[in-house]
Amino acid sequence: MRVPLSWLREYVDLPATETGRDVQAKLVAVGLEVETVEQTGAGLKGPLAVGQVLTIEELEGFKKPIRFCTVDVGTANGTGEPQEIVCGARNFSVGDKVVVVLPGAVLPGDFAIAARKTYGKTSHGMICSTDELGMGDDGTHGIIVLPPEYEPGTDAIELLELVDEVLDIAVTPDRGYALSMRGVARETAVAYGLPLRDPALLDVPAPNAYGYPVKVSDPIGCGNFTARTVTGLRPEARSPIWMQRRLQKAGMRTVSLAVDITNYVMLELGQPLHAYDRTRIDGPIGVRRAEQGEKLVTLDGVKRVLDAQDLVITDDRGPIGLAGVMGGAHTEIADAAEDAGTTEVVIEAAHFDAISIARTARRHKLSSEASRRFERGVDPQAAAAAAQRTVDLLVLLAGGTAEAGVTEFSAPSAPHTIAMPADHPDKVAGVSYGRETVVRRLQQVGCDVYGQDELIVTVPSWRPDLAAPNDLAEEVIRLEGYENLPSTLPTPPSGRGLTDRQRLHRRIGRALAGAGYVEALSYPFIGDAVLDQLGLDADDARRRTVKLVNPLSDEEPALRTTLLPGLLGALRRNDGRGSHDLALFETGLVFLPQAPGLAGAGETALAGEETKAVRLPVDRRPTDEEIAGLDAALPRQPRRAAVVLAGAREQAGWWGKGRPADWADSVEAARTIAREAGVEPTVRADRHAPWHPGRCAALYVTVNGEETLFGHAGELHPRVIKDLHLPERSCAMEVELDVLEQAVDGALQAPRISTFPVATQDVALVVAEDVPADAVERALRDGAGELLESLRLFDVFTGDQIGEGRKSLAYALRFRAADRTLTVEEASAARDTAVALAAQRTGAVLRGA
Amino acid sequence: MSAPNKSYDPVEVEALKPEEIERLRDEAFAAFAAAGDLDALAQAKTAHTGGTSPLSLANREIGALPPQAKAEAGKRVGQARGAVSKALAARQTELEAERDARVLVEEAVDVTLPYDRVPAGARHPLTTIMERVADVFVAMGYEIAEGPEAEAEWFNFDALNFVPDHPARQMQDTFFVQGTTPDGKPTTGDESGIVLRTHTSPVQARSLLSRKPPVYVVCPGRVYRTDELDATHTPVFHQIELLAVDEGLTMADLKGTLDHMVQALFGPDMKTRLRPNFFPFTEPSAEMDMVCYVCRGESVGNPDRPCRTCGSEGWIELGGCGMVNPKVLVACGVDPEKYSGFAFGFGIERMLMFRHNVEDMRDMVEGDVRFTRPFGMEI
Repeated sequence: MRVPLSWLREYVDLPATETGRDVQAKLVAVGLEVETVEQTGAGLKGPLAVGQVLTIEELEGFKKPIRFCTVDVGTANGTGEPQEIVCGARNFSVGDKVVVVLPGAVLPGDFAIAARKTYGKTSHGMICSTDELGMGDDGTHGIIVLPPEYEPGTDAIELLELVDEVLDIAVTPDRGYALSMRGVARETAVAYGLPLRDPALLDVPAPNAYGYPVKVSDPIGCGNFTARTVTGLRPEARSPIWMQRRLQKAGMRTVSLAVDITNYVMLELGQPLHAYDRTRIDGPIGVRRAEQGEKLVTLDGVKRVLDAQDLVITDDRGPIGLAGVMGGAHTEIADAAEDAGTTEVVIEAAHFDAISIARTARRHKLSSEASRRFERGVDPQAAAAAAQRTVDLLVLLAGGTAEAGVTEFSAPSAPHTIAMPADHPDKVAGVSYGRETVVRRLQQVGCDVYGQDELIVTVPSWRPDLAAPNDLAEEVIRLEGYENLPSTLPTPPSGRGLTDRQRLHRRIGRALAGAGYVEALSYPFIGDAVLDQLGLDADDARRRTVKLVNPLSDEEPALRTTLLPGLLGALRRNDGRGSHDLALFETGLVFLPQAPGLAGAGETALAGEETKAVRLPVDRRPTDEEIAGLDAALPRQPRRAAVVLAGAREQAGWWGKGRPADWADSVEAARTIAREAGVEPTVRADRHAPWHPGRCAALYVTVNGEETLFGHAGELHPRVIKDLHLPERSCAMEVELDVLEQAVDGALQAPRISTFPVATQDVALVVAEDVPADAVERALRDGAGELLESLRLFDVFTGDQIGEGRKSLAYALRFRAADRTLTVEEASAARDTAVALAAQRTGAVLRGA
Repeated sequence: MSAPNKSYDPVEVEALKPEEIERLRDEAFAAFAAAGDLDALAQAKTAHTGGTSPLSLANREIGALPPQAKAEAGKRVGQARGAVSKALAARQTELEAERDARVLVEEAVDVTLPYDRVPAGARHPLTTIMERVADVFVAMGYEIAEGPEAEAEWFNFDALNFVPDHPARQMQDTFFVQGTTPDGKPTTGDESGIVLRTHTSPVQARSLLSRKPPVYVVCPGRVYRTDELDATHTPVFHQIELLAVDEGLTMADLKGTLDHMVQALFGPDMKTRLRPNFFPFTEPSAEMDMVCYVCRGESVGNPDRPCRTCGSEGWIELGGCGMVNPKVLVACGVDPEKYSGFAFGFGIERMLMFRHNVEDMRDMVEGDVRFTRPFGMEI
C-alpha cells in the first residue's frame, strides 16, 4: 500500500513539521511495516508553469520528427512573451495546455534547465512528460496534456502536487484494513493520539425496492451486495488532476473517470468496487457459483474456463464478472474515444468470502487489487458508504444524476464479540497495564468494551483478524509500545545437553575436517541425467526418487537419493576454478520413497497405491496413530555422510614427494567416521556403481549381531569420471550414519595395560594375489590367541622372487602377557599357531620356508 | 695381589723420582691441552693414561721399592695420576661442549619453511554458526530438537495455524512433493500433503507432541523455498528456531531471551528491539532487530560514517518471534489455559552474512574450498 503523505493529512491533522520519516517511525512502532519513504519531486525547482501551445512548426531533415513550438506561459517567464521551445514529442496540438519548465529550473535527477541550441533553433525550456517530472512512468513517454481549465502561467509544481512523500507499506496478511487510506489513517491517528476524520462516515440512503435488481444465490460466498445507479454521465469528462495524481502516487494507472473513481474509493475506503455499463447488462445481476466449464472473458482479455467453486456475477446471458477478482470484458466501461462512451453505470459494492476469493485468484493465477483486499478481509459494513462515495464523485465530476433506487442485500450477521479477562494483556506481556489502559487501547482500535474483570469486547467490522483474547492482547501491547516491554529471563528446567546422536554428528564433522576434508553443503535437487552419468542400472534403487511438483528446474525435478551428485558437482566446480587438490565432505539427508512393497520395481509398481499425508484436524491433539500415519507417508530420510577426493592427498614440497589421493584414502575416511562411533567396519571388495569395479569397497558394521551394509568407498569408475568431467582417479565414499548409530555398542571398555616387556615377531606370508589381506589378518589374529597385543601389516610385496600370481604380506606381531615376561619360545609358539591358521584358511606359506 | 717384593734395589728405580713424575704429569697435561678434538683427546688419553703409559708403568714400579719408600712414591704417583684424570675429564667436557655447540649450529634449519603437506580441512561456517547459536541455548538448559526436511503439510502449516487458502500460506513459496493419485498418476498440486519444509517451525509442533511441558527446545535445520539462487536468495537455506512452553511465560521473557542470545553471540552490551508483525503461529507477533554490532547505531544520521553492515539503519533485522498462538497449543494437545509460550526463528545465512561480511549468497552454497577453509573447525 502506497500512501501519499499529503493524502494522509486529509484524515489526520498531523503537525506540519512531521516528515515522512517521522510518520514512518510512528507507524513501524505500531506495526505497519513502512518499507520506504519515497520523496517525489525531490530536488525539483521551478519555474514550472502551465503553458498553452500557440504555434507548432514541424522541422524537417532530422532523423526523427522535431517540432518548434511557441507556448504562452503567462507571466511565468517574466516577460509575458511566447516561449520558444523545441520538442520531440507529438501527442499535443495547438491550443493544448501543457507543462513547461523554464530556464533556471532543476528537474528531479539534478537536471538543470537552460536555454540551448538544438536542431538549428534555440529552445528556451522544455515541454514536460510525466517521467521527467518524477511523476512515475505511465508508459506513454508522451508529454502531459492538461485539462483546458487551467490558466497559462499557473504554478505547475503546486497544481500537479509534485513535491510529496509516499510511504510504501508492506501490509501483513492479517491487516486487510490497512490496504486503505482509512485504515492507515486510523493507525496514524492512534499512533499520534490525534482524532480521525473517518471518510466512511457518510449519509447513506436507506435501501428500497427501486434499485437495480440483484439476486444473491450464495449468501455465504457473498454476504453483502449494494447496487447503485448513476445516469447522465458526460462521457468526455476526465479525472481531475488531483485524483490522477493521488492514483499515480498510490501506484495505479489512470484509465477513465468512472474507473478512476472506483479505484480512488477503493484506495480511500478499502472496499473494492465495480462499475458496469448499464446498457450492456441484460436483466438482473446475479451472484452464484459458476457451472463447471462455463466461460468468461475477463477485463485483461483472457478467456477463462470457470470452476464450479468460482463465485461469479451474472446477468441473463451468463457470467459478466469473476466476483471480487476481475470484471468481464463485455460490460466494461467504455471510454469517450470508443463508441459513444458510457453514460449510465451500475455500481457494485459487495463483500465476498475471503477463502472463496483466494481460491479463485489462485486457480486462475489472477491476483488483482480487489482480490488482494478480499483475501485479507474487507470491512463488510463499508459497502454502502463506498457505493455512496462513488455515486457522489460521479455526480460531482461526471455530471451524473444519482437514481433514487438503492439495492442492498445483506445476509444476517452478528457482530463478533470476545470475552477476555481484563488482565489478560498483562499476563501475555509480563507488564501491569491495568484495566483502564486495556479498555482505552481497545476502544482506540474501534472495539466496544463492557465489563469489569471480565471484558466483553465487540470488535469493529473492519478487523476480522481480531478473533481471540491474544489478538486483543497484541493490540494493547503494540499500542503501549513493544519497545517498552521489560527484559526478563525465564528459567528452563536443567537440560541434558546434546543427545548421543547429535554429539556423534558433530564429532564426525570435526573428525573429517581434522583429516583435511572441507565441508560443502550442496542442493539436494537431482535429475535423471546425473543418475545416468553415475552409471546406475535401470533397476538401481537410487533411481526411485521423490519428485517435486514444482521444481526450480525441469532438469532436476527429484530429491537426492545419494549425496554424491551434489558433492561431485562441488568437486568439479572447485577443479574448474583452479583448486585441484581436493578433499570435500558433506553430511545430510537423502530422500527415499516409502517402499511400495516391490522394491526397485520402478514407478509402474506404484500404480494403485495412493501416497498421501492426510490433513489432520487442528482443534485437538491428533492421536498417536494419526501422527504415525502422517510420518509413514513421508519419504524415509536417513542421514548420510560422503567424501570425494581428487589430486594430491599429500602435496610435494621441500620435505619430499607428494602422494595422490587414492581409493585407500576414501576407505580410510569411512573408518574415520566409524571410529567416532567406536566401531571398526569390515571391508569387502564389491562392484557397485559409480565405483571402479576393481577398486570398490563395501563397508559393513554389526547391528544387533548382524553384519549390515553401511556404505561404499573407492575410486570412481573411469567412465563416470569422464561423463561427469571429473579429475582423473577421483575417489568417493558414502555411508549411512543412521546405520552406524545402530552399531554403537555402549560405552567403551577400557583396555588392561600390561607393563611387562613386549616380544616382537615378524612374519612374511605368501598368498595367492586374490586373497584379501583382511582374511589373512583375521586368521593371524584368531590363531595368535590371547598373547597377541597388536598386529600390523607393514609391507606388501610382489615380484619374481615370490612368483606369478602371488604376493607377500609382511606382518609385525607384538606379543605380551598380563602377568609375566614372555620367553622367546612362548612368543614363537604363538606366532607359529597364527601362521598355521593362516596357512589353513588362506593357503599362506611362510616366506623363505 | 702379588706377593711383596723382597729383593729390590732403590737406586735402579729412576722412574719414581719426584721430578720424573712431575714431568710425566706435565707432559700429559700438555698433550690434553694440545688435543684439538675428541679423537685427538682419545689418543692422548691412551698415551698418558693407558696401560702402557709412563705413569701406569711407574705405578707398577712402586711394588719394587723398599717398604719405606713405597708409601711416599705411591702417594706421589697416585696424586699425579689423579691430576691427569681430572685434567682429562675437564678437557673431555670442554671438547664435548665445543662439539655439541658446533653440531647444533650445523643442524640449524630454516624454520620459516612453509608446510602444507596435508592441507587443513574445515567445517562449513553455516554448520558451525548454527552449532554456536544452539549452544547458547543448550547452556541455558534447552535441548536440540530435529525433524524431517520433507515434511507433512499438517506440521508445516496446519498445526501452526496457517489456515488453508490463507494468504500467509502463499507467502512462503513452497516446494510441493509429488504424490500419486489413486490411478497411479503423479499429482500436480498439493494433494500429497507433503512439502519441503518452508521453515524450521514444524519442529515446534513435533516437539510439543513428543514432550510434555515444560518444553524448551532449539531447532536448527535446513529449509526450502522456491527462490532462484542469486546474490541474496537461495532456495535451500538454514534457520534456527526456538520454542519455550511453560507456565506463565510472557513477552518480557521472550525479550529477555533474545537479549541474552545477542549478548552471548555479539557482546555484553548488545540489545534487541521488537516491532509488531504478523505470523500465523504466534500472537502477539513481532519482528526482532538487534543493535548493529559494528556501528552500534552511530551511523544513523551520520553520513560521514556510513555503516555497510546495517545500511546506516543502526539496527539489523534478525527474524520473527512472538507468543505461541494458543491455537498451536491446542493443535498440539497443550492446554492454553495453563501454559503459554514464546518462539522465534531466524535465517542462519543472513547472520553469517552480517557477522562475517559475506557479500554474496552464492559463496555459501557453491562449496568453494577457498571460501570455507578459513573458517576452520569452530566459528
